[in-house]
Amino acid sequence: MNPQSLLPSVPEFLAILPEISLVILIVAVLAYDRILKPAERRRVGLLAAWGSIVILLITVGLWVLFREPEPNRSLVESLMWGGMIRNDLITLIFRVMFLVAVAIVSLISLDVPALQRGEYFALLLSATIGFSLMAAGSDMIMLFLAIETASISLYILTGFLTDDRRSTEAGIKYFVYGAFASAIMLYGLSLVYGITAQTNIYVIASLVAQSGAIPPEINGLFLLATVMIVAGFGFKISAVPFHFWTPDAYEGAPAPVTAFVSTASKAAGFAVTIRVFAAGALGAPNFDSEWWAMLVAITIVTMTLGNILAIFQSNIKRMLAYSSIAQAGYTLIGLVALTPDGSGAAMFYLLMYVFTNVAAFGVVVLVSRETGSDDMQDFYGLSRRAPYLALAMLFALLSLGGIPPTAGFIGKFFIFKAAVDAGLWWLALIGVLNAFIGLYYYLSVVKYMYLYRSDDEEERIPVSRAASVALALSVLGIIYLGIAAGPAFEWTRQAGAAFFPFSG
Amino acid sequence: MENFPFLSVITLLPIFMAAVILLLPEERKENARMLGLAATLTGLILAAYVYVAYYQNLPAEGASWRETLLFVEEYNWVPGIGINYIAAVDGLSATLVLLTAIVGVGGVLISWGIEDRPREFFAFFMLLVAGVQGVFIAVDGFMLFFFYELAVLPMYVLIVIWGWERTREYAAMKLTLYLLIGSFIALVPFLVLYFNMPALGQESTFDLRVWAETDFPRNLQLWTFLPVFLGFGVLAGLWPFHNWSPDGHVAAPTAVSMIHAGVLMKLGAYASMRVGIQLIPEGAVYWLPLIILFTVVNVIYGSLIAMRQRDMKYLIGYSSVSHMGLVTMGFAAMNMNGFTGAGIQMVSHGVMTALFFAVVGMIYDRAHTRDMDALSGMGTVLPAAMVAFTIGGLVSMGMPGLSGFIAEFPIFLGVWSGGTLNLSETILNLNPANYYPILAIITVFGIIITAAYILRAIGTVFLGDYDGEKWHDMRPLLSIDYLTLAAFVLILIVIGVFPEVIAPIVQSGVRPVVGRLDEVQQAGTVLNSVQSSAIDILNWLGGAS
Repeated sequence: MNPQSLLPSVPEFLAILPEISLVILIVAVLAYDRILKPAERRRVGLLAAWGSIVILLITVGLWVLFREPEPNRSLVESLMWGGMIRNDLITLIFRVMFLVAVAIVSLISLDVPALQRGEYFALLLSATIGFSLMAAGSDMIMLFLAIETASISLYILTGFLTDDRRSTEAGIKYFVYGAFASAIMLYGLSLVYGITAQTNIYVIASLVAQSGAIPPEINGLFLLATVMIVAGFGFKISAVPFHFWTPDAYEGAPAPVTAFVSTASKAAGFAVTIRVFAAGALGAPNFDSEWWAMLVAITIVTMTLGNILAIFQSNIKRMLAYSSIAQAGYTLIGLVALTPDGSGAAMFYLLMYVFTNVAAFGVVVLVSRETGSDDMQDFYGLSRRAPYLALAMLFALLSLGGIPPTAGFIGKFFIFKAAVDAGLWWLALIGVLNAFIGLYYYLSVVKYMYLYRSDDEEERIPVSRAASVALALSVLGIIYLGIAAGPAFEWTRQAGAAFFPFSG
Repeated sequence: MENFPFLSVITLLPIFMAAVILLLPEERKENARMLGLAATLTGLILAAYVYVAYYQNLPAEGASWRETLLFVEEYNWVPGIGINYIAAVDGLSATLVLLTAIVGVGGVLISWGIEDRPREFFAFFMLLVAGVQGVFIAVDGFMLFFFYELAVLPMYVLIVIWGWERTREYAAMKLTLYLLIGSFIALVPFLVLYFNMPALGQESTFDLRVWAETDFPRNLQLWTFLPVFLGFGVLAGLWPFHNWSPDGHVAAPTAVSMIHAGVLMKLGAYASMRVGIQLIPEGAVYWLPLIILFTVVNVIYGSLIAMRQRDMKYLIGYSSVSHMGLVTMGFAAMNMNGFTGAGIQMVSHGVMTALFFAVVGMIYDRAHTRDMDALSGMGTVLPAAMVAFTIGGLVSMGMPGLSGFIAEFPIFLGVWSGGTLNLSETILNLNPANYYPILAIITVFGIIITAAYILRAIGTVFLGDYDGEKWHDMRPLLSIDYLTLAAFVLILIVIGVFPEVIAPIVQSGVRPVVGRLDEVQQAGTVLNSVQSSAIDILNWLGGAS
């Protein structure tokens, strides 16, 4: 902010325009909820969905029409509000992911009776504000506040079905784990502050890069801080060994919330992780850093364990939970490649993952509402009960498994390509082998849907118009990103460069 | 007409049609097969046009690969990292595109009566055809991988849903995992090659034409060739990675078996040649003298196992493994004869196997068994099937006058004369001159074994006593069946009698590949006496081309 004037400049204002609009939307949703008659309750969800689509259009419109955020801004110019946030292409792309996710999730949930309440949608939107600031935050204080804003909303959302014991249990579990992880992370952040006396990650990064800025005798302390921060971030992206909450929370939470947690929340966690590590706030981004070795180990374990455990699940939500752990592992490959291309590939992967997982969970929502459980057996014979739902699920599963013409293939291709480019061909190979383990359980679900028979084949599964719009949008997203990946990839690639302001 | 995107239409029309079929309303689902037939027939007409047009504009001898490509279409895909949509055909791929189109139409006709979810069946079948065509027309590495994977997935669904109840789940999963692991094993070294381009003064691109003109460093070629070749070789049924193939053949519904053995396995051979041998020639020269030993095992072992089979589909499945071994063996001969033979063998085997599976499918539909011990005297009720099967059998034995001979003879010649190549620096210092002729002799015995199991199959299934009571509900063939069989038999005979309909175009396609190998071979390409006399014989058989 310009010290001479108390009013923010236009770019500073535009930088938080999406967040401001979201706050307005929250107020509108809560107010609208008060005046609705019980029979019209689904309209509050429609308002949330349409509102977030409008905000999405505003955000993208600013970029398309006014080139805001300007990609060629220098680091100092792109830091705004006293260095609290950085408005760059990264922020924009992640905002797009979050807004897409919240819009589609709102569409999916607006016909679920237990969720037709203003608070539910308001919490979804406030979590989105948190995510958005996580992606933009470039100051440790901002990051922590944003993470807490998002997390607290998500804890409540997870336990939203107060009549359902599993939901409350999941909410408590998620909360206890989350609070613990946050506390550890905060301790780590405070140690970093103690060592550097700075809170802005880019300032810290430039300090760390100077030789002698950190005395050798407290290197151990700095490493300890790094480990603590990794633990906090690892919790958000559900990387092994910080993943224990994931299956339980995913299983217990209302399915639309699971869709939201597994996509938007994970993407936001990655935004923070990549930004902090790639900037070099915890040590220079090269293959000699201690944190790099730590992250590589986490990457390998995350993919492998996630995939192997997913095979044995008989509950579709748990299976998708472990699958999302594995997917986090693939995304981490993009980070540990430590190149702009790698980070760009990770962003592309997350973008396609948002569409993919929202589609998968959207189908789960519709099926489990009809059958009343999340057993894998509910999917037996789905292609006869609801051919289009089965088709949407097929595309989502193919995308998760990485088979063309879906976006998952291109996403994996870019990730592995970035890894090979960085000289990590062995890591790419491990990723490839993991992709096959993944394929096994994804294809098994395809088999259940298309091959197995069930006794309820005659009962059609009703699909509301809002849900079909939501599913159609996400499947179109999957196919569009899979076939015409060019523009989106160029976009994320360009943004990837912004992660590394000090190199090159 | 000049700028009409023939190749893109051939590839993308089936995908479009798949979407249309899926959107058909429930009550009009019977129309799926008409739409499928329309798409494949259009593809066939266009593919035939492309073939004929290419044949009339055969590139001159000595043309580089870039010059032999016709019908080129180029669009940006992901330009930032050198991914483009480049479609074009050379002589070999034009032939294989036509083969795929033919088998595609045959597959639709054979599945005319499918009743379980026809919309999904034809939609996935269309995707399968599109994936296969896409690989054959791809001149961009990324595009090749894209369509390659696209071809594998529908196989899974088609087998698992419409396949044989007893083994379909196991076989489909096995097939899918084998093939995808293979392709991804090939992908990593492929990417390594890509990233080595800047070091060689080339812009990083997936344009294979540029790759074919780049000489990668020798040590890089040596270690990348093996995973690329074997990775794709999995799909070609290369021993010891052939295990998925017979299981897959057996479990698949008839139309899918036809595409699978007829075309899909060629995909593996084609890709391992296109990406492996053509782009990594030094690696090829280094490794192929070893790989040829695998292919001999392929041929002999495949036919020996086929001897033991009682199930007709397993019989043909293993015979496919055996015959595909000949294709890779032709590649491993590393000379013009071998490659020409391998190219023709791909077509001949494609049509022959499609014919076999069509016949087996017809018998199975009527007798509800494929057990050769249970079948007997089928020739009495299904004489046309017997004639077709016998002709197919003669083809697979390499009988002169049929396409099998035109294919297998040059392969043996190539391997035989491969012994005259003077190679240095091969793996284990193997010198082909020492053992290639012996391998040729050993492999010829594979044909004898083939003759044994084919004749036995004809004897037990078609000849013998016909039990009228046991087969009281036997139906005669439909006219659509006659049509399919007649078309396949006709192709086999025409190639056999007039090899010049296919030999020159295949030769023009493989010449640049052989040229690449010759560049890195010390011995040069002067035809030796064995080779030239072989070509004389071939010309004489084909009636002077």
